[in-house]
Amino acid sequence: MSTLLLKGGRVIDPARGRDGMFDVLIDSGLVSRVGRDIPVDGAEVFEIPAGWIVAPGFIDVHVHLREPGQEYKETIATGTASAVAGGFTAVACMPNTDPINDHAGITQFILKKAAEANLARVYPIGAVSVGSRGEQLAELGEQKTAGCVAFSDDGRPVATALLMRRALEYAGMLNAPVIDHCEDPSLKGDGVAHEGYQASVLGLRGIPGVAESLMVERDVSLAELTGAHVHIAHMSARQSLRAVRAGKERGVRVTCEVAPHHFTLTDDALGGPVKYDTNLKMNPPLRDEADRAAMLDGLADGTVDVIATDHAPHHSDEKLVEFDRAPFGIVGLETAVPLVFDRLVHPGRISLGRMIELLSANPARVLNVPGGTLEEGSPADVTVLAPDMRVTVRAAALRSKSRNTPFDGWRLRGGVAATIVGGRVVHRNPDEDRTP
Amino acid sequence: MTSRTVEGTNSARPSGPPAAPALRSRHLLGIDGLGADEITLILDTADAMKEIGARPIKKVPTLRGRTVVNLFFEPSTRTRTSFEIAEKRLSADTLSIATATSSVTKGETLVDTIRNLEAMAPDMIVMRHSSSGAPHLLSRTSRSAIINAGDGTHEHPTQALLDALTIRSHKGRLADLKIAIVGDLLHSRVLRSNAFLLKTMGADVWACGPATLIPPGLARLGVRTTTAVDEAVTDADVVMLLRIQRERMHGHFFPSVREYFTLFGMTETRLQRARPDVIVMHPGPMNRGVEVESAVADGPSSVILEQVANGVAVRMAVLYLLAGREGDDQTG
Repeated sequence: MSTLLLKGGRVIDPARGRDGMFDVLIDSGLVSRVGRDIPVDGAEVFEIPAGWIVAPGFIDVHVHLREPGQEYKETIATGTASAVAGGFTAVACMPNTDPINDHAGITQFILKKAAEANLARVYPIGAVSVGSRGEQLAELGEQKTAGCVAFSDDGRPVATALLMRRALEYAGMLNAPVIDHCEDPSLKGDGVAHEGYQASVLGLRGIPGVAESLMVERDVSLAELTGAHVHIAHMSARQSLRAVRAGKERGVRVTCEVAPHHFTLTDDALGGPVKYDTNLKMNPPLRDEADRAAMLDGLADGTVDVIATDHAPHHSDEKLVEFDRAPFGIVGLETAVPLVFDRLVHPGRISLGRMIELLSANPARVLNVPGGTLEEGSPADVTVLAPDMRVTVRAAALRSKSRNTPFDGWRLRGGVAATIVGGRVVHRNPDEDRTP
Repeated sequence: MTSRTVEGTNSARPSGPPAAPALRSRHLLGIDGLGADEITLILDTADAMKEIGARPIKKVPTLRGRTVVNLFFEPSTRTRTSFEIAEKRLSADTLSIATATSSVTKGETLVDTIRNLEAMAPDMIVMRHSSSGAPHLLSRTSRSAIINAGDGTHEHPTQALLDALTIRSHKGRLADLKIAIVGDLLHSRVLRSNAFLLKTMGADVWACGPATLIPPGLARLGVRTTTAVDEAVTDADVVMLLRIQRERMHGHFFPSVREYFTLFGMTETRLQRARPDVIVMHPGPMNRGVEVESAVADGPSSVILEQVANGVAVRMAVLYLLAGREGDDQTG
């Protein structure tokens, strides 16, 4: 296999504490050397312009690839194409497909499709319970053997405290985290928007922040009881952040993620300019400014471990309906990095190192998967960043099969220049030439 | 009173005086977003329309040749009838579609239903739907003017306008009146439209109901909320009661209608605290013995049937103003 030399970039690898001008030599799909002035020696050369960043490949721990069963929304091929276009070299896909990924056979199917697509790495997440119905524990051991890296009934919470306790104990035995979609079903009810001013004046049924945090508190307590690792999916409420922070302070194995839309938008967007835009409908809902501010604090102070997109493709027909009938969720893989740059890094809320920790090092640690570093011998998964690239989000140009983004037309600063998976350049941004 | 002539056709516009004020949107989706000038224009026009209803022959040719579709996805007797009468008095060709006879039950989406209707080129669609924002969804693509006749728990703009017309005819103004709105605030589109309208017009609006039925954030609209009905009613110029739906008990909102009446029901005794010339309003349909006792509903302060009568005039005004706007567009 040929060798590839990334020449002349600023390498930031927080897992190794490295930040400086280095060349990266890739051989046989692995990082073979990181150093200064590495001789070309027959390698293919990728010149990294000044100002660009060479980072360990980004890993999105929360995506919905929709295959099997909902291929009209997304397939593993289109979803991973979207991933690499967004700078993600690996994605972990939630099990709420049709059928639910609660069985080794489905896990194997997903991995086979991912191998055929041959773009981003795909790490399946298995269901906690059979059919994610919350009644009977799925065969977590066999799913793990088949390739699942974590377990979740995402789309729904792990139904009862007892099931969550057993799932944590059992998954803990397998050294895999349980990822929980935290919401108290009775408090959520048939709510469709954050319970607050906008829901009130728009006449939308509300979901209070505590619908989420009550279950976060439950999960933190159960992780403490069992000593196992719980990961809180798509955290949105300030009360949840408080519960996670308190858990971490007393040594509980709890980690959490925040989605870009929750640190970028608030429920005020529901009021216009386009009222009742179903591309602003997601679960958990866009919350208020105090919640958004709390997420920003958590991202900055280390309480939040991971930025994950909750990439949730839906067909435009499904979104072109009454607000309360539309499905929850938006696509996020191709807008995440520009939003992180524009909303977090450039305003000075987080450093570049922290950004890479949130998108690469920590996700690898949470899922216990390879990558998250450019250490010699690790997989040559690399995200090349252009911090000053001018990005205009165009929904129609997304690689995802779906277009459900609220960021259409947004102009953002900072983007992905190239994505390298296993030493192979799988994405070059066609807009990169326009960067200064 | 407006100088507009109700019978005047839109094409024959004299060249002399400047164009009369018009509504800024070609739809009426809600009160939210309407200016005080637009609200006043509608109310003034409605006052002129009232006169038509008093004639022996209650019909003018204003909307002759215009097609209005009344599209009701939710059961309604009062509002639909009121719109139909208003349309007929203006000589529009009208067609009413109720959800039971529509293709919605066959799995067609709302957008497709409207596209099919629009292919037949109606000028206006009067629409009621159980989902908040449904008329907004359609207004983005619709060529017809859309009039919201109630969307979910969001708005019911013509109800607030007819309420305002009724209040204004009794009090001579809307500004600085104390208006107490009592009932199920959370699920009421009447509350929301009234709150927007009355605050825009400078009234002192109080909203009162059980703590479980008060939506958060009303203070940001300038509405004062209380769970003490006596406080809300004290010195009120207007007491407006909202319907309590029995099925709300299933959501743990209140334990029983009996207890609701005990704590919030409008009785003659409670009404003593209001100003002597208080008027009592209800958008209907009314639950006697739940939100209001019959002695109040049928008593001297009640203007409930007058509200119904004003509903026709207000809807004529809205239809007329939106149709006129459309004419403006055509004549450039």
